[in-house]
Amino acid sequence: MSDLKATAEKGTDSAVAVLLPRMSNNEKVLQVVVPLVALAVGIAIWQWIVTANGIPKYILPGPGDAAVALFTDSATLWPALWVTLRITVMALAIALIGGVTLAIIIVQSKWLELALSPFTVILQVTPIIAIAPLILIYAPDTQTALMICAFLVAFFPILSNMVQGLKSVDHNLLNLFELYGANSWQTLLFLKVPASMPYFMAGLRIAGGLSLIAAVVAEFAAGSAGQGSGLAFRLLESQYRLNLPRMFAALIMLCGTGIAIYGLTSFIAWLTLHRWHESAIRREN
Amino acid sequence: MTTLTLPEAEASAAVPQRRLVVAMNNVSKVFSNGTLALKGMSLDVRGGEFISLLGPSGCGKSTALRIIAGLGAASSGSIDWPSSKINSHGLPEGDVGFVFQEPTLMPWETVFGNVYLPLKLRGVRKGEARDKVMENLTSVGLADFADAYPRELSGGMKMRVSIARALVTRPKLLLMDEPFAALDEITRQKLNDDVLALWQQTGITVIFVTHSVYESAYLSSRIVVMRARPGQVFTDLDIAQPALRDGAYRVSEFYRANCQKVSDALQGAIQSAES
Repeated sequence: MSDLKATAEKGTDSAVAVLLPRMSNNEKVLQVVVPLVALAVGIAIWQWIVTANGIPKYILPGPGDAAVALFTDSATLWPALWVTLRITVMALAIALIGGVTLAIIIVQSKWLELALSPFTVILQVTPIIAIAPLILIYAPDTQTALMICAFLVAFFPILSNMVQGLKSVDHNLLNLFELYGANSWQTLLFLKVPASMPYFMAGLRIAGGLSLIAAVVAEFAAGSAGQGSGLAFRLLESQYRLNLPRMFAALIMLCGTGIAIYGLTSFIAWLTLHRWHESAIRREN
Repeated sequence: MTTLTLPEAEASAAVPQRRLVVAMNNVSKVFSNGTLALKGMSLDVRGGEFISLLGPSGCGKSTALRIIAGLGAASSGSIDWPSSKINSHGLPEGDVGFVFQEPTLMPWETVFGNVYLPLKLRGVRKGEARDKVMENLTSVGLADFADAYPRELSGGMKMRVSIARALVTRPKLLLMDEPFAALDEITRQKLNDDVLALWQQTGITVIFVTHSVYESAYLSSRIVVMRARPGQVFTDLDIAQPALRDGAYRVSEFYRANCQKVSDALQGAIQSAES
């Protein structure tokens, strides 16, 4: 590499080739340590407020009480988390498949896009909580209804981002593919889909968070109860019983799930984009 | 340096005997907004020529190049490929390479992946294509960068990748649309020398769109000067060139005289559009 620069490339602009910046080990450690320390400090302040003011557990439990509830109530909380998680993941998966497929169909013709636009817009702007009761009537069971709600919410960001991405392909690259006689499958697979990945990943991150929110909100609206219910029902139930430690434990679980989904989708985005897209690249200046 | 005083007639006389690669016959192009981009352009391109299309902005030189490449059909007139196999799109089968004004690389592919693309689209397996791709990368001095991504390269290096990609199918005709306009002067001169060397080694036919008198006078064996409103051929100049073009040639009287001739023609083209 250096030989080449020293001879063939002398004086040309190859001297400014951007090589990937390296991060020092210290900086890597700090990137993990700083947010963790900040979080620990926040929890410590929470505990201090509770003990210093002598606040009773049924008004504001300390982080310790919540942690204990996480274990003592695990028989009720973990199955509930599993239900919510299953609804979230399935809704997201169906939204992914449906959103991407519909986006690919839509961009084939602008008339098709126009024809479908009222439906996609109606789905996007209608508050999902308002449709939930209706879906509950038609769906065979509550779980399915919740999944449909979560799907409807997660579907739109994926669809609109994917459509945007598929349309944002460099015009010259399209010309290049045309020049080499690429068929429409090749153009889709080798050009349009990779080019739309940054948009798709943005949609995926939004949809991942939204599908969890929708799974919880829809369950509030559905007012489901009993054994097969998710975390939203357990939250309401704890509220009625003034079992605040359990409520906090459930919230911590939801929060953890949200973080896990965000982390996973961000990781997938990083895996796909870190070698080439500006969004995943660190600059020195 | 006796070659520098080569008489013009000698160099130009050899050209018409070569086979015809592509011919534009009375080609016009009207855009959908009604602009007449190109009017009655005819151009015979013969094997081994290095033709520059030179002219002011809006003279239709890029449009002409794109029509030859089959990117956007002509409104009237025809493009003939007398010595090529024609595919179902009416384009010569793999006989054309195109270098755009921007490098036009796929950012998600490595340098290797980008150069491999034309072969991939023809269904050539990666393993079979490897030697050919690496050979082309070596010819533009980027073999060591095969695994780098475009964003890691400088503007000049990206352009080299683009040239390697255009040459990987062994085309008869290389079309270049102001390829070096965005590069700094030093890089541009280096790439001019490289393109010239590739042209001399491979015997490929080149059509090079530029708005630089000096670039066209340095590279071309023939310069087609175009005028604007409507875009059409103003004059067609054969340029005698020495076999060896280097730094000394750039400052020679012979080169200066060529530049003068081309510059005068370009001025004439600009004047005629304004009158």
